[in-house]
Amino acid sequence: MIDKKTIEHIAKLARLKISDQEAQEYSLQLTKAMDHFQKISEIDTTGIEPLVTPTEIEVYWRPDEVENSFTAEEMTENAPSRAGNLFKVPPVV
Amino acid sequence: MLYRGFEPVIGIEIHVQLSTKSKIFSADATNFDAGDNENTSPVSVGMPGSLPVLNSKAVEYSVKTGLALDCEIRRHSVFARKNYFYPDLPKGYQISQYDKPICENGKITFNVGDKEKTVSITRAHMEEDAGKSNHQGEYTLINYNRAGIPLLEIVSGPDIRSPLEAAEYARTIRQIVRYLDVCDGNLEEGSLRCDCNVSVRKVGAPQFGTKVEIKNINSFRFVEKAIEYEIERQIDAIERGDKIIQETRLWDPDKNKTFSMRAKENAEDYRYFPDPDLLPIRVTEQMISRYKLELPELPIARAKRFRDEQGLPEYDAMVLTSERDLADFYEETAKQCGNFKSSSNWIMTDLMRELKTTNKSLSESPIRPAHLGKMIELIDKGTISGKIAKTVFQEMWASGKSPETVVKEKGFVQITDPVVIEKIVDEILSANPQMVEDHKSGKKKNLLGFFVGAVMKASKGQANPDLVNTILHEKLK
Amino acid sequence: MTDLTNGSIFEIAEAVRNKTVSAKEVCSHFQSRIEALDRKLNSFITINDGALLEAEQLDARIAKGENVGPLAGVPFGIKEMFCTKGLKTTAGSRALENFIPPYDATAVSRLKNAGIVIMGKLNQDEFAMGSSNETSYFGAVKNPWNLDCVPGGSSGGSAAAQAARLVAGTIGTDTGGSIRQPASFCGIVGVKPTYGRVSRYGIIAYASSLDQAGPLVSSVKDAALIMEIMSGFDPHDSTTSQKSVPSWSINLSDDIKGMRIGLMKEYMSGNLHLDVQKTVDNAIASLKLRGAEIVEISVPMTEFAVPVYYLVAASEASSNLARYDGVKYGYRAEFKNLSSETLEDFYGKTRGEAFGAETKRRIMLGTYCLSSGYYDAYYNKAGQVRRLLTNQYIAAFQKCDVILSPVTTAPAFKIGERSSDPLSMYLNDIFTTSTNLAGLPGMSVPFGLSSDGLPIGVQLTAGHFEEQKMLDVAFALENDSPVKGAKPHVI
Repeated sequence: MIDKKTIEHIAKLARLKISDQEAQEYSLQLTKAMDHFQKISEIDTTGIEPLVTPTEIEVYWRPDEVENSFTAEEMTENAPSRAGNLFKVPPVV
Repeated sequence: MLYRGFEPVIGIEIHVQLSTKSKIFSADATNFDAGDNENTSPVSVGMPGSLPVLNSKAVEYSVKTGLALDCEIRRHSVFARKNYFYPDLPKGYQISQYDKPICENGKITFNVGDKEKTVSITRAHMEEDAGKSNHQGEYTLINYNRAGIPLLEIVSGPDIRSPLEAAEYARTIRQIVRYLDVCDGNLEEGSLRCDCNVSVRKVGAPQFGTKVEIKNINSFRFVEKAIEYEIERQIDAIERGDKIIQETRLWDPDKNKTFSMRAKENAEDYRYFPDPDLLPIRVTEQMISRYKLELPELPIARAKRFRDEQGLPEYDAMVLTSERDLADFYEETAKQCGNFKSSSNWIMTDLMRELKTTNKSLSESPIRPAHLGKMIELIDKGTISGKIAKTVFQEMWASGKSPETVVKEKGFVQITDPVVIEKIVDEILSANPQMVEDHKSGKKKNLLGFFVGAVMKASKGQANPDLVNTILHEKLK
Repeated sequence: MTDLTNGSIFEIAEAVRNKTVSAKEVCSHFQSRIEALDRKLNSFITINDGALLEAEQLDARIAKGENVGPLAGVPFGIKEMFCTKGLKTTAGSRALENFIPPYDATAVSRLKNAGIVIMGKLNQDEFAMGSSNETSYFGAVKNPWNLDCVPGGSSGGSAAAQAARLVAGTIGTDTGGSIRQPASFCGIVGVKPTYGRVSRYGIIAYASSLDQAGPLVSSVKDAALIMEIMSGFDPHDSTTSQKSVPSWSINLSDDIKGMRIGLMKEYMSGNLHLDVQKTVDNAIASLKLRGAEIVEISVPMTEFAVPVYYLVAASEASSNLARYDGVKYGYRAEFKNLSSETLEDFYGKTRGEAFGAETKRRIMLGTYCLSSGYYDAYYNKAGQVRRLLTNQYIAAFQKCDVILSPVTTAPAFKIGERSSDPLSMYLNDIFTTSTNLAGLPGMSVPFGLSSDGLPIGVQLTAGHFEEQKMLDVAFALENDSPVKGAKPHVI
């Protein structure tokens, strides 16, 4: 059971402001989904290494070389708020 | 070290900024002096769709550091995402390593005063740096130039027992990474950042006390001071009957105090999981053996060799190995002249004095090691006297010329021809008959010194002092 | 060339190269189709205003005798998950409603280099989270075969635009079936290549270990050609394979005599819609006729594919979507006075408003699975089951070359029919998610129509990097298809 309090905690961790009604709804929906997903606990997975990347892929590491393909202007022009080429956010101290 | 019956327990986390040309997961430059957000790309700004690709140099530098710290190198280590929200963190997670760091279980030994101290290295893991926040009061401005610069976080065991040990530990780490040439060790620019975990416990207590983390320390002197302050603060609190709270404190170098930044009420939930955008880092045996071969001799081993094989005093060995370029300078000088002690003396006194007064770094020294070695060779062969050598050295420093050129141009060659010296001696003796008489009769003692001085003066200091002595002895019998 | 609307990618490219038709003519032809028909479908989010100019430039280069690439002048639609330089890219979300990328996804730049003309960006479920295209911030997409039905999702815009021939080719992404399911619902060919074939660089991430891009087009040969161009190692994505890319379109052959077709026990006994069952049976019969050998195989862990898929995908998504925080790009909530906001409120309000309900649900689910105390039971456990599932697949491909199965239990459903119950929506993905979990190539090829006149595809799955076998079987099915030439009513 994922109760409303847990939902509120999770929403806080995920930085999602949700209404009371949403919390209520998510609590029911996620509980239902997790009850179904729970069935994987039946499987014996002792000693099995979890799989992250599903195919065999050869290692590739970059050489330590500098490429200058983007301007500061390009990297900041989508910003909701900026000062020059810096991103502007609420005071964080 | 004990404080009012308490023992401090200290562990240090050092973030070493690896001096790669490009960032750990993108080809952005890493120079310190770039304009606002100039060293960024979709990867370091965390744009939608961007992906990290590992810089091979960052792996090499990390493994080399691990080897130098006597660590086990994991053949399969894993990048994990550390999830938290902060404006300087562009992706909402930091790519770091969690349960499978690249280096583990190492140790380093260094000197504290005249005692040896060994501190264990719990782990060293690779991660990306965050951006920089510039607080403007009403708002904060974010620059991601630093985001993605490779870091190696070296975590010591809780083995350190005094502020001085802590500072020496940090100095040793800095010395090692500079030797390896994997970090410039510049504390002011943040290339090396120390976080200290400090707790105190009653002597003999089986468990550690509650630890406090001190951040924002940008010099080794402050490491010492901040820990010293923190130990006293904690003991005061305990003696008052207060509880130590687990928190992060910042060092204020102006007030010489630590102050609370934030309490770690309940441990933050970083939701680490393996980063699916990056494959596990596979370090092969071949890589390890190649890096081992490329590893320079480290300061501690080098100092031991200078002491044991070259007969240098402990102090000289320590000073000369404090920086790799200094030790290299010394070895090149000694190689040229074959005189270890003399090389050490000239470097530690004359050369270092000149560097200090002119505020130059060793690499800017106008005197190159081969020249200094040659000069010492000239002394040892008797071509110039030790006294003349001081003048030659000054001339070399001023002009950058080789000692041979200086000696030739200034006519500084020592007179070693006995016939020439005898002639000067004779002139001096005949000019001072009374004193010769007094010396021979024993009426006055120590007149030999007077005659030596007179002969040296007459030869403009160029006569070989040994020969002058011998000849005077003969003549005054 | 007379029938531009129904021309294959091959035919259009050839006609443009031979100057039988100009790229500009092709472009305006499809532009007028989009203008006339898309108000009914809502398949485009953004129209590329520069398309005609790009086509003209291509014509100029062709006139000069330049080599303009194998796809010269072919009008394409690109799913909103792909970053396109200078062209708005939203992922179907308010979080990116005004985002204009400064770069192209590698898959897009490869297609551009091959000469395509981008007509616009195609609608999708928000961040590719959905199987009906109803979660898009920009409104639902309609199925061109029946405007009351969903086109499937998440690449619903791609499937609808392609089925209605508003473009000659489209690309989409597939994390748990998002290419194959809409392809089946809209009666076109959709391929998800092996994980690692196509670079993910520049594709907005939903679940990094599952996402793969591929074509949604009108024929198997077109699909093979587009895959050839999109695939291959990319130094910007270290999860791409360095294996060379076969010439799938040239090698394509419908001679499948002796090919072993696996029927998965677990997929054949389900609760299938009668018309879906019939379509699958017809496909089996047709392959038998061509001399293929039918073998029964078993992959028992597929029973757990939907739970494992949602646990893994939601976990990865919760982290992948953390970057939408109103700092660097995209949506930021309104704040009267920024300086009095706490960071927590700044983030919470921005993200709370930026994401739709389904996206929030999955972020919450993933955050929960990764959070302290639950990691082992959910994320880690799912990863372990994922390995067991993959190993069973690898063993199954010892016994067969290609697995044939349904794509979904039923044809396209009505808009609004399932959106109120997330779990029932998740269970739609029963036949498609295991392919992504195991990193296998999979595709949907049309082979039937329901009694209501809705298209039904069959799914083919092959071993890792064995796309050719799968394409060959699809090619054979395509040639034998009882619904060859069937077209949606809007055309």
